[in-house]
Amino acid sequence: MKRAPYLVFFLGPFAWQIATSLWPEAELGRPLPSTVTLAAYRSVLHGPFSRAVVNSFIVAAATTALCLVLAAPAAFAVAKLRFRGRRMLLGGALAISMFPPIATVSPLYLGLKAVGLRDSLAGLVPLYATFALPLSLWILTSFFEALPDELYRAARVDGCTPFGAFRRVLLPLAWPALATCTLLIFIASWNELLYALTFLSSPQRRTIPVAIALFGGEHREPWAEIAAASVVSTAPLVALTLLFQRRIVAGLTAGAVKE
Amino acid sequence: MATVSLERIRKDYGTQAALREVSFEVADGEFVSLVGPSGCGKSTTLQIIAGLEEPTAGVVRIDGVDVTARSPGERDIAMVFQSYALYPHLDVAHNLSFPLENARMPKAEIEARVRETAQLLGLSEYLKRKPRELSGGQRQRVALGRALVRKPKVFLFDEPLSNLDAALRIQVRAELKLLHARLRATFVYVTHDQAEAMTLSDRIVVMSRGEVRQIAPPREIYEAPKSRFVAELFGSPKINVVAPEVLGLARQKAFAAVRPESFVLGEGTVRGTIALTELTGAETWVAVDLAGARITVRAPPDFAGRPGEELRLRPTRVLWLDE
Repeated sequence: MKRAPYLVFFLGPFAWQIATSLWPEAELGRPLPSTVTLAAYRSVLHGPFSRAVVNSFIVAAATTALCLVLAAPAAFAVAKLRFRGRRMLLGGALAISMFPPIATVSPLYLGLKAVGLRDSLAGLVPLYATFALPLSLWILTSFFEALPDELYRAARVDGCTPFGAFRRVLLPLAWPALATCTLLIFIASWNELLYALTFLSSPQRRTIPVAIALFGGEHREPWAEIAAASVVSTAPLVALTLLFQRRIVAGLTAGAVKE
Repeated sequence: MATVSLERIRKDYGTQAALREVSFEVADGEFVSLVGPSGCGKSTTLQIIAGLEEPTAGVVRIDGVDVTARSPGERDIAMVFQSYALYPHLDVAHNLSFPLENARMPKAEIEARVRETAQLLGLSEYLKRKPRELSGGQRQRVALGRALVRKPKVFLFDEPLSNLDAALRIQVRAELKLLHARLRATFVYVTHDQAEAMTLSDRIVVMSRGEVRQIAPPREIYEAPKSRFVAELFGSPKINVVAPEVLGLARQKAFAAVRPESFVLGEGTVRGTIALTELTGAETWVAVDLAGARITVRAPPDFAGRPGEELRLRPTRVLWLDE
């Protein structure tokens, strides 16, 4: 029973949220309701919120794909090839991700407007890449560094080009790290509020965090719907995490200890 | 089949010189070992032959053709690595076929070659296994097979036996020698183990601090080392290098060097005190304190001397060294 306090601490908020989404609105304060209802879920999924789920999925999936396609070869190059400025590339990537997002909102707004990507989902993808790309670059670099140099050399002697050695030997071995990055990027993009709220104005383009933030009406806070929407948007992340759980740990600790 | 020649190879890492003016030739079908202490540049030399490192200056020729600017895949070489570097995500069959696929060889020929190589190395039953499901010795064979399957001009070995346990190492060492005799291919072999170099090679290239110290067949390296460094690197226990006066010899050069087996015990004019005896089975190594030096001599296994007793010695073969 020593674990009980931790379980309450971590699972409590989720339990509360699920309860809020199921209790009839008039009985929200009660520990046990007279009846449970799925009304909130029905209204959320049939309303504009379902559109937000689709939007979030598109943005998060596109960001993830973009970042992995760019970060994996870059990380391989930093880890296994010798060229000037390797450390600078890593340091620069880290420095860029240090900027507080709020400080970049105004210039980004002007920039997106200039290229005609304001109020579009496509405009969010490169913005999310600004924090997701450095993160994946760092995770993947440490993973590739942990793979033995001799593997790369063997592939080169066996007739691979540097990129061929990456694609045929190192990349297939990197999937724990790729799974880790996929999850972290997907979760971060899925949950991002500031940029999405600032740069999207059309209701049909809202992502989940924006939709939830703007749920409130003028005279009434629809708590049950907000809770239902939160549950709906958290569920896929939890499922994804459980699915990849062991791989994430392997990916995060790769290179940390000598095997 | 091919020759390899290195001409005045230099390699600098920043301001550090890893190799300075390394030149040597490997004849067609010859087995040449590069030997030296760690950091002497032997592995760097091998990587330059492979094309995995670019020399700062100098020329690498394979079969007379300047390959200095060619990538490893274009040099028609194969390499066996210390860690074996098997591809963990591919089974044995695909580890073997990997270099052939890169060379865009027809499928039927790839299959034939993989089968032939697997049979040669006794790997036929394991073709569907992943490297992690193999023992150390089997992994070593797969690594060897991946090199053999290509029938390259030159085989390069980077300490291929150092991850095996002692018994297996001696067995595989003998197999390598048989393999070389059978293939008559050109082998360049890097090792820090002098016994490995002695038993395997046609010629040995001794290196230290980025320079070649001596190139000669094993017997010559052992019997006529040009320097104290080479003399002390080969032979176990180590050769005795002392001032000539210690052995009662007239000074011809700065040092007199005598191998432990080059002494007759119980006669002669040199007198010492036994410090220690070590029976190894086939012989006894006796540490003897002379005036001014302790030396090691070989004695028969039934040697009866005890520490503290006096022993007379006569050196039978003295090597004279300058440095």
